[in-house]
Amino acid sequence: MNNIAPKLTPEEYEKNFAEIHPPFSKNSAMVEANRCLYCYDSPCMKACPTHIDISTFIKKIATGNVKGSAKTILESNWIALTCAKACPVAVLCEGACVYNERDEKPIEIGRLQRYAIDWYFGNGMPPLFSPAPPTGKSIGIIGGGPAGLSCAAELCLLGHTVTVYDAKEIPGGLDTWGIAPYKTTQADSIKEVKLVQSLGATIMTKTMVGSDITIDELLKTHNAIFIGVGLNHPSRLNIEGEDLPGVHDALAFIARVTTRKWPSVNVGKRVAVIGAGNTAIDAVTESKRLGAEQVMLIYRRSQNEMPAYEFEYELAKSDGVEFHFLTSPLRIIGNGKVEAIECTRMSLGKPDAEGRRAPIPVPGSEFRIPVDMVIKSVGQNIEESFFSKIPNLKIENGQVVVHPESFQTSNPKFFAGGDCINGGKEVVNAAADGKRAAYGIDQWLRRPANG
Amino acid sequence: MVDLSISCGGIKSPNPFWLASAPPTNSAYQVCKAFEAGWGGAVWKTIGEPVMNVVNRYGSVDYNGQKILGLNNIELISDRPIEVNLREIAETKELWPDRAVIASLMVESDRQVWHDMVMRAIDTGCDGIELNYGCPHGMSERGMGAAVGQVPEYCEMITKWVTEISTIPVLVKLTPNVTDVRYPGRAAKKAGAQGLSLINTINTIMGVNLDTLEVNPSVDGKGGHGGYAGPAVKPIALNMVSQIATDKEIGLPISGIGGISTWRDALEFILLGATSVQVCTAVMHYGFRIIDDLVEGMSNWMEEKKFTSLNQVRGKSLLGISDFGNLNLLYKTTARIDETKCIHCNLCHIACEDSAHQCIDLVAVNGHMQPRVREDDCVGCRLCFIVCPVESCISMVRKDDGTEAITWNELMKQLPQPLTWQALRSFQAKHGIDIH
Repeated sequence: MNNIAPKLTPEEYEKNFAEIHPPFSKNSAMVEANRCLYCYDSPCMKACPTHIDISTFIKKIATGNVKGSAKTILESNWIALTCAKACPVAVLCEGACVYNERDEKPIEIGRLQRYAIDWYFGNGMPPLFSPAPPTGKSIGIIGGGPAGLSCAAELCLLGHTVTVYDAKEIPGGLDTWGIAPYKTTQADSIKEVKLVQSLGATIMTKTMVGSDITIDELLKTHNAIFIGVGLNHPSRLNIEGEDLPGVHDALAFIARVTTRKWPSVNVGKRVAVIGAGNTAIDAVTESKRLGAEQVMLIYRRSQNEMPAYEFEYELAKSDGVEFHFLTSPLRIIGNGKVEAIECTRMSLGKPDAEGRRAPIPVPGSEFRIPVDMVIKSVGQNIEESFFSKIPNLKIENGQVVVHPESFQTSNPKFFAGGDCINGGKEVVNAAADGKRAAYGIDQWLRRPANG
Repeated sequence: MVDLSISCGGIKSPNPFWLASAPPTNSAYQVCKAFEAGWGGAVWKTIGEPVMNVVNRYGSVDYNGQKILGLNNIELISDRPIEVNLREIAETKELWPDRAVIASLMVESDRQVWHDMVMRAIDTGCDGIELNYGCPHGMSERGMGAAVGQVPEYCEMITKWVTEISTIPVLVKLTPNVTDVRYPGRAAKKAGAQGLSLINTINTIMGVNLDTLEVNPSVDGKGGHGGYAGPAVKPIALNMVSQIATDKEIGLPISGIGGISTWRDALEFILLGATSVQVCTAVMHYGFRIIDDLVEGMSNWMEEKKFTSLNQVRGKSLLGISDFGNLNLLYKTTARIDETKCIHCNLCHIACEDSAHQCIDLVAVNGHMQPRVREDDCVGCRLCFIVCPVESCISMVRKDDGTEAITWNELMKQLPQPLTWQALRSFQAKHGIDIH
């Protein structure tokens, strides 16, 4: 890539990637915790996919029982730190806070949860739970992301032997490799991995199931398998020039940023990001914060159809990102490297199958935008080459089909949860799936005919 | 135009707000600064016998992140010599002739000693004398303060030693650490006091430090009871003030004390019979500057309510004070929730369910659980109204038509005695009252 944006000073990087929501001091946590009304059967608890008893954990912070607060949180959610820092709280717990109905600022639930969980990790993870007696059953977990870790932790408490297989050198999945550093850090994700290990789970890193170890081998070792592999296959644009040097995949780009080795991540002076989901927002915002001079988000529909959350959009706008709505890329142009992107204007037609208005190219509206780097963020799919190795596994619309309560797949020895069953949701959804799947697995294994 | 001036037992001040005898009135510097800020009067920190203080002196009750719901202290009377205090009182009075300057006194229980002390106080030109019979710590162990206030006979005897010689008004400050505050009040009246100040501080141990296991505040590892004041004591003080104000034998002006922090608190004391009010803890928390809102808030309220003088306000709420036996048994209310205001915290539901009469249901409405009162089962206890965090969301609606009223005392004259459950049940059934 030519036209690499100049590197920033270490201080500038630190400033640009400083936490957007810094931790509470003890005093500010107490003030905020005391503001909580301690609702009964609270709307915030119902809005959380893991149903953390939020008003109870906040009350415990207020009384100075922070250890008990952490226990209340972890009882419902093993990925509590990442969720506290990266959850879209405005559309979940904090969006449901009753203070909204009183036209007042909702309780900062995410930051209070972080306060309790920071305390827990900062105090050496004191034991909170007693595992059930050993069952003698063994479960293999494919993928050490939030779904897999959550499932592993719960299975350990249920008395099972658990091995997690993770392809990367550091487990944690997208918690480790896919969240912007101004939201959370790899270091925090690793704390959650350590928590799961402390409960007894074995984690095999750099172990890609299907190549480093086969499905058959797993079936020989384990009584049941949980699949929490997420979505590993980036969608393609299927346009000319897509494989030119200087065209990147958003998740790979974001993963490099999570390592915090910022000077090693090259960005062009002019960056175009294709797509308008929350990952695209991470890509534009991180590009800008790495020093790109001009960052554009290109989206074929309008702002109304944009999948990114409102607060993510606002963050990118405040970083000076340009939004090109109703614009679709036709081809990426360049002689051995990206030089420009040719686009067409779009208009919105009738609603499509998903109910969103379908974009239609405006004839004769083609134009070029000079760019040095293109980041593709148009979604991810399941890795079909992996799933094809599992016999009798039913997949529909690119998602693994599971029983809604047990999370069992069409192959009874396999259970699944997280992005590979929902098409890509939040960390907290994966955490909820993994925990519930653990109970599905446990109940299935306890039937005499199984296991 | 609102007139806030008062005369309490002959002690006049331009507004009813006096600083209580306490740390804020320790010196001429402080009292002059307070008068500068607008305080109407000051009861000087009690002067008398030689004392020596210890540290730490204060303990606080904080609640839900709010500081100083209550404050206790183990500070003694003034630890400065009598001469210094008297000189400063004289200087202050000379500088501030329109403000009430009151000398608070406490000396050993000896007639001659009291006579000397009173004469010296009068010589300062002060407007009145307050007898400190309330201090619950330190001085009481030496036979002064609460040790006098708790025994009506002592109270009467020593007050008499003062009134028989004093040419200026004498207020007796009463301790709340008694079974019935009216007895020492009556003793003070008998001895010729011109007014009563109440309440002094309440005996308390503020708490235990859960790290050191020492009581709070700790004086080098030891501690004990102190005198409790601040917002938490206000309801106790209001009750005692109303007891004194409604007592037929006493009939003395009252200087109300106990947790007064705002003009609202002050008005409540005045409505229950106080003439002046004394403030300490709120000043110790925020400084003399609070006088601005105290005076302004009270004036605005009086204008709004069309009162021109505090004489029109004083004691107005005493008419409504009554014993339980005189309350209307047939007055019936029910809780009603304004669902447009409800924020769905469900605190009313859980309060009613666990602690009252299980008559607020959670009903699924538009995707959330809506608390709804089964009015036929509501006993009208008002707990839900109190826990609701939204103003005027829950109201207590009158259900009886107001045509019938009967009190317990009246009912007992009607029903055969000794009373049986059966007789009471049939009275209730006749009036549609179903206790379930």
